[in-house]
Amino acid sequence: MEYIIIIISAVLVNNIVLTQFLGICPFLGVSKKIDTAVGMTGAVAFVMVLATIVTFLIQHYLLNPLNLAYLQTITFILIIASLVQLVEIILKKVSPALYQALGVFLPLITTNCAILGVAILVIQKDFNLMEGVVYAIANAIGFGLALIIFAGLREHLDMQNVPTGLKGVPIALITAGILAMAFMGFSGIV
Amino acid sequence: MNQWKNFSKGFIKENPVFILLLGMCPTLGTTGSAINGLGMGLATTFVLVMSNLVISLIKNLIPDKVRIPAFIVVIATFVTIVQMVMQAFVPALYESLGLFIPLIVVNCIVLGRAEAFASKNTVLSSVVDGLGIGLGFAFALTLLGSVREILGSISIFNWKIAEGFAKLFNPETTFAQGDGMLVFILAPGAFIALGFLIAIINRLNKTKA
Amino acid sequence: MAKLESSFKNMLIALFGVTFVASASLGLVNDITKAPIAEAEKAKKTNAIAAVLPEFNHLGETEKMLPDNAKDSLEIYPALNDQGEVIANAVKTYSYNGFNGYIEVMVGFNHDGIITGYRVLKHEETPGLGSKMKTWFNDISKENQTILEKNPEKVNLTVSKDGGDIDGITAATISSRAFLESVNLAYNSLHDIYDGVTSATSKKGDKQ
Repeated sequence: MEYIIIIISAVLVNNIVLTQFLGICPFLGVSKKIDTAVGMTGAVAFVMVLATIVTFLIQHYLLNPLNLAYLQTITFILIIASLVQLVEIILKKVSPALYQALGVFLPLITTNCAILGVAILVIQKDFNLMEGVVYAIANAIGFGLALIIFAGLREHLDMQNVPTGLKGVPIALITAGILAMAFMGFSGIV
Repeated sequence: MNQWKNFSKGFIKENPVFILLLGMCPTLGTTGSAINGLGMGLATTFVLVMSNLVISLIKNLIPDKVRIPAFIVVIATFVTIVQMVMQAFVPALYESLGLFIPLIVVNCIVLGRAEAFASKNTVLSSVVDGLGIGLGFAFALTLLGSVREILGSISIFNWKIAEGFAKLFNPETTFAQGDGMLVFILAPGAFIALGFLIAIINRLNKTKA
Repeated sequence: MAKLESSFKNMLIALFGVTFVASASLGLVNDITKAPIAEAEKAKKTNAIAAVLPEFNHLGETEKMLPDNAKDSLEIYPALNDQGEVIANAVKTYSYNGFNGYIEVMVGFNHDGIITGYRVLKHEETPGLGSKMKTWFNDISKENQTILEKNPEKVNLTVSKDGGDIDGITAATISSRAFLESVNLAYNSLHDIYDGVTSATSKKGDKQ
């Protein structure tokens, strides 16, 4: 039951992109086509879960016992950066097909604040490891949901006649605002 | 390079938010009020200036292949310093900015300037560049924060506009202002306000050119 | 000075050097800011206590108590007068039923159990709606809205929608419910500790 609440809350109510404003860069950057949006979601989901597990273990078994909690930011970003590199190298060797699909998105992920944000949130919310993993998966789903819906909308937007001043990013942002409004309808269900 | 040009480019011509569309997460996430936007902008400016300074100083000591991790360590160090100093001396602002302070470390503007500018230029130019871009970012955040605060809570920098004017004409008034358009301090308003601001700035740039 | 080449030795030294200097300077800043951070946190708490209570001489010993069927314990700060008698209590209370979960409130009760003030310490309620709880229940000029100068014993501190005596925040009933729930929890716990809130100095038994 706890897990279901975490999932619904992270996917719909407190959607990571539309209400928490994490991962906006890829949300605006790679949402022009549905295919790329799906690829990006896959890469983010993969790294997010992995990073959450590793940062959780480091925080609880290394930083906390040594009273080094103030090194959190620097440690986490280094872990995420090396993890992204590692995933890239391993994927290249083990599964070239998957690398083909996700490869181009991986370097972008280090500076995706959703990954670091979720890693820090898991510590702040005092989750245990299992809850943390569920939370990371749910947030990845939430990210994907927002990204793919938005990509679908933008594909249609391209064919519309938009006033010159609003063309491109402005109309995309306003569309995202309306999408965020729709997601607000979920608030209060948990 | 002309230092003044170097400094002033961050405000309009290469404004990180309105033109380059970088650092969108804190831009949308911390601009519920003008004061929060300003606080976030200044915190980022500090990190940007200090990391540009250090990186331009040590750029020749860092071998090319490990420059990105080295830059990240430098940036993360200054972010942590900002985090601790804010927690100690402006705890209220620290709490309202919350998660977005550690997230300065993944703000593409900071790493972007380190990689594109500080690692290739002199110390002075790098500091001026950091200051210009940083203040441009702070300007954008404060502007967006002001717009959202005026529309959303009819106040600016926590000064209640309607009540303030009512008191100006009649100091004994008991008039209490109502709510603004709440949507603008909520999540959807962030997207919509930024969308229109960018549209307006695009339009202004076009008429000038 | 020429740029160092990317040999293994150089890379190792450079990275090690950068991280070493970084963590050393962070340790230093941490040492400097540790005391001010702790002080700021303490000041926040004492400010909140002073804001919700009438004037007092000094604070007594903080007491923790876990109400029946509750998740967390409450903290009770007794306020003493010049003679060392308890004249009022500030209670740090909470509710998990806010619109976005957890809220934390400091409530002050005088020795008759009348609410002297409150302050919201932590909340994640919607800005402009639920977040109004910070001032909504404080407005003494609105009789049906304020909780000040009321005794939870005599006044039904629930929202009027649920048959209570308090008008909840417009369009934020869930936040109002959670807020009032936390106030009632504080009052009931205080009531359990003291032998009726009226005779504040005579404690029922020892501390738990």
